[in-house]
Amino acid sequence: MGLIYVRYELLRTLRNRRFVVFSFVFPLVLYLAFTSADRHAKLGGVPFPLYYMIAMAGFGALIAAISIGPRISAERQMGWTRQMRLTPLPTWYYFAAKIVAGYMVACLTLIILYIAGLAFGVHLSAINWLVMTALFLVGLLPFTILGVMIGHLLKPDSMGPVTGGVSTLFLLIGGGFGNIGGDGLLHKIFELIPSYWLIRAGAVSLGGSPWTLEGWLVIVLWTAAFAFLARLVYLHDTARV
Amino acid sequence: MKTMQESPAIGLRQITKAFGAVAAVKGVDLSIQPGETVALLGPNGAGKTTTLDIALGLIHPDRGEVELFGMAPARAIAAGLVGGMLQTGTPLNYLRVRELIELMASFYPNPASVDEVLKRTGCDQFQRQLTTGLSGGQAQRVRFAAALVGDPELLVLDEPTAAIDVEGRREFWRAMRELVEDRKTVVFATHYLEEADAYADRVVLMANGRIVADGTPGQIKARVGSRTIRATLPDVELSDLLGFDGVVNAERHGPSVILTCSNSDQVLYQLLASYRTLTDIEVTGGSLEEAFVELTREDGN
Repeated sequence: MGLIYVRYELLRTLRNRRFVVFSFVFPLVLYLAFTSADRHAKLGGVPFPLYYMIAMAGFGALIAAISIGPRISAERQMGWTRQMRLTPLPTWYYFAAKIVAGYMVACLTLIILYIAGLAFGVHLSAINWLVMTALFLVGLLPFTILGVMIGHLLKPDSMGPVTGGVSTLFLLIGGGFGNIGGDGLLHKIFELIPSYWLIRAGAVSLGGSPWTLEGWLVIVLWTAAFAFLARLVYLHDTARV
Repeated sequence: MKTMQESPAIGLRQITKAFGAVAAVKGVDLSIQPGETVALLGPNGAGKTTTLDIALGLIHPDRGEVELFGMAPARAIAAGLVGGMLQTGTPLNYLRVRELIELMASFYPNPASVDEVLKRTGCDQFQRQLTTGLSGGQAQRVRFAAALVGDPELLVLDEPTAAIDVEGRREFWRAMRELVEDRKTVVFATHYLEEADAYADRVVLMANGRIVADGTPGQIKARVGSRTIRATLPDVELSDLLGFDGVVNAERHGPSVILTCSNSDQVLYQLLASYRTLTDIEVTGGSLEEAFVELTREDGN
């Protein structure tokens, strides 16, 4: 099998122009807009250029992760999923290829935003770049699995609004467009949402660990919950077809 | 590999499947040996696709047992023994034709040569095109190439020529004959009667979720008395002719007679032994169409 499926999955993703615009161009343009406004302002102690670098990378990566959904959904409609079930390729490999390709797109978004961040004067130690990137990638996991789940739940025609809505909502609550929760109860609730911790990876500049135990728990529990639901949805879906 | 040779390529025992209140398959027994080319023939709604889906493990039957090469379908599929061309498939998008065939080849342990398959299916002409821009006929070839490239032992084709014209159909089966070795098992569903007649060495006729006939195309036709002998045979009473074993109906048109036979070979031996005056003998097979109408009517009531 090798890596040919992963390679072609990535190729297929990048050939989808609309997707490229939303995953790369859109976050970059928004980043430039937010950061040009005031590059010395801070959000929760994190300078704008760093904060929005991760927030907008989160935007692109969330779209990449949740867009696994429409792709699976379209492949179900095309009959490709059934076709795959007649080949020796194990089911887990099909999903792994989708998730790995989603991650590769997320990494491309990260690189683009990192370059833009550097241009806006983001300055971090090598270890902080690494820790931030690692946490970011871990924080993305529940969303890739959410993507797999909605791919087996919904038909392609309802995908546009759902994926757009879901990724925007998660980003908004997570603080991707600034802190909307204030410091009170609402903020406490938002801390239970995984996208909060995804974007929180940028707080690496404050010293110490950006993720508390609560952060790890939120990510692990959401991942487990989505995985459980995705499995149910998948079994239901394949039993019916 | 010993078990593979001894076990049928497809073994279905007492399969039933209902979708809600609709019984799609009502007790199907079917054993297909390695190397056979079998047509699953029947009108829409006969249960052909459901039967194939069950054989492939895509649908679980309500009751009954399914084996491919003596294994559970999932195991045979995991071993790369199965290739399929399903009814609903369109080629995966955002890939070029060649890339899709390479991808399919990568899933199988011992795939055929991608170049060879592209060439033999005629896909080499447009191998650089994206799959989304293909015509219906081209897409059909690509799906065919995708099913073949894994070089599977069992090839299952669900109405492979449904979307193409007569000329394209002939070309498809010609490529099929060239590309698939004799020792491979091929099962195809079709409602084109001449296709089953021309390309299968065994025809399984389905109607209303049941198998209503199973045999060589010749046997199917013989069962409903649809082979016709025409000959010039003056001065013989029709009642004498009707007395022969295997004659279902007899007509006279001047000096010639037309006999509808359930076993034309047997009738011919008797005629030749009895009448020196028998000349201009012509034996024509009744079309499978007639057999089909006859057999499905028998079952329908």
